Amino acid sequence: MPKNIRFVQGNEACVEGALYAGLDFYAGYPITPSTEIAEHLSERLPEIGGKFIQMEDEIASMCAIIGASLTGKKVMTATSGPGFSLKQEAIGYACMAEIPCVIANVQRGGPSTGNPTHVSQGDVNQARWGTHGDHSIIALTASNHQDVFKMTVHAFNMAETYRTPVILLFDEVVGHMREKLIIPEKGELEIVDRLRTSVAKDVDYHPYLPREDGRLPMSDFGGEHRYNVTGLFHDMWGFPSNNPKIVGGLLRHLIDKIENNVQAITRYKEHCLEGAEYILVSYGSSARSAIHLAQNRRNKGEKIGVLELQSIWPFPTELVKEKCSGAKAVLVVEMNMGQVLTQVKAAVKNPDRVFLANRIDGKLITPSDIKQLLRVIQGRGV
Amino acid sequence: MAVKDYLRDRFFPHMWCPGCGHGTILNALIHAIEGLQLNKNEIVMVSGIGCSARISGYVDFHSLHTIHGRALTFATGVKLSKPNLKVLVPMGDGDALAIGGNHFIHAARRNIDITAIVMNNRIYGMTGGQYSPLSGPGIKATTAPYTTIDSSFDVVELAKAAGATFVARSTAFHVKECTEMLMKAILHKGFSVVEIMSQCPTHFGRKNKEGDAANMLGLYRDNTAKLGSKALEEKPHLIPRGIFVEKERPEYCEEYDKIIAYAMKEKIS
Repeated sequence: MPKNIRFVQGNEACVEGALYAGLDFYAGYPITPSTEIAEHLSERLPEIGGKFIQMEDEIASMCAIIGASLTGKKVMTATSGPGFSLKQEAIGYACMAEIPCVIANVQRGGPSTGNPTHVSQGDVNQARWGTHGDHSIIALTASNHQDVFKMTVHAFNMAETYRTPVILLFDEVVGHMREKLIIPEKGELEIVDRLRTSVAKDVDYHPYLPREDGRLPMSDFGGEHRYNVTGLFHDMWGFPSNNPKIVGGLLRHLIDKIENNVQAITRYKEHCLEGAEYILVSYGSSARSAIHLAQNRRNKGEKIGVLELQSIWPFPTELVKEKCSGAKAVLVVEMNMGQVLTQVKAAVKNPDRVFLANRIDGKLITPSDIKQLLRVIQGRGV
Repeated sequence: MAVKDYLRDRFFPHMWCPGCGHGTILNALIHAIEGLQLNKNEIVMVSGIGCSARISGYVDFHSLHTIHGRALTFATGVKLSKPNLKVLVPMGDGDALAIGGNHFIHAARRNIDITAIVMNNRIYGMTGGQYSPLSGPGIKATTAPYTTIDSSFDVVELAKAAGATFVARSTAFHVKECTEMLMKAILHKGFSVVEIMSQCPTHFGRKNKEGDAANMLGLYRDNTAKLGSKALEEKPHLIPRGIFVEKERPEYCEEYDKIIAYAMKEKIS
């Protein structure tokens, strides 16, 4: 048995994943149900020479990690609904200025103060469109602690690869539930470190000139290259510009660098999907109930499978289309009013055969909740 | 190095109006840095949004032009993650004390080694002349056509009460005094605040019949007096200039280093 086996909350699994990925700076503000991430990091980071700071509010926390990222650190903050709303302007800044950072949103019921200690998946669309203006975003999720760990590492890797904020969309059930976590040995999972410029001292460095592969090598604040970072549209030097060619070009770059790499970003899992006539598309804690139901019904000979999404944005449209192509019906299992449902309907050939199995009352959706709807769809009565 | 060596040619001409006091503050700041012989690679200038915030683009340091009101929070991230950097944060009055007021008092409370420069023209210039929390009562602005009724903050008193360990005030008329204060503020270990009153003839001056830039500068000369001066004693209604606070208190990054040392030792034992 491996010795690095732990029995932890999902929030701790996120902490372990972040430290494995190389986190060195965390700023946060207390909010249920994400607070344990801050608590554990306040203890763990100084042990490895990293920095933790509890800021005066959610906005300040988001801004502080952006500042720290520019000095070359791997950075993160964590929050939930109301805090996620407050951070949106600064998340947009990180999109525009292309600053790697990770934001964990352990979802609770909303809108407003909502249902702080209960589960929801109501922030899927906020993760995509929370900040103003056209942009693209990466949002990842997980249904169990081993995957919380993996997706947290993936989040840091994606943030560094594409120089962009990455959202971890966890939820209260996954965040607070305790289960087994095996911490991988060093080297078992790939870690992407920051791409730094090789441009020599005294040679003109263009912080916003992408290489051929679309990546932009960075230079740490405090280093030899002094440049400007701004939330205004800017040219390759970081100089503000409203030249239409520069404005259009930059916006296109911000979107293309993510939308052109959907495959590299996408993570998913298949459960009993082979030959499935009825497919449950789910993610996060609701996927646990979907998987449970599918496995039970498979044992009884029914052809039911689950496509578990671990990356929601950019939405893996092609994947969903392909996997659901042979299905008699698709059920999207989520705890909101159909935020992923809309995406699935847009992806598949026959949107009329896509249904929503949801719960929005703060309780975890159960296998029998899903089964009831499934029976109706299968024409087996209520 | 010459003053020119601290500026980015590419970013000029600047966008400030003729007669604006902000250019004078930039001049005083560059002279302060030149006087201290600081290495440009070790300076980070962080600013928010507004006329004042554009200052960070013009200087040849690491520069971070952020979002409205939050400059001090970005600066806190920069400083705590790399404490050897000198972090300068120029802000306008609305940026620092309206939308950014919370961050201002908390940065002062922590006594983090950052130099905050409040470029106070008592108006929102970039949006065309709305009143700010430093306008004070009886001021005309585009959003106060019948004059303001709001009291203003006193930047010096607020900074003192919040825990800043270096607090000073000057004006765009007193350029050499500004330079000396900025030098001291930058050298000071801890959170330092320098309020520099800066004329906005375009919006504040015109609306409030204070005349052109030269006239407004004359008002700074006539309506202020040095701390401890006879003039201030005789006319206590004058606005005091000078260094109000200069004291030592544990600095945030140094205290955090102690936490790291302790946590590392605890982990090993």
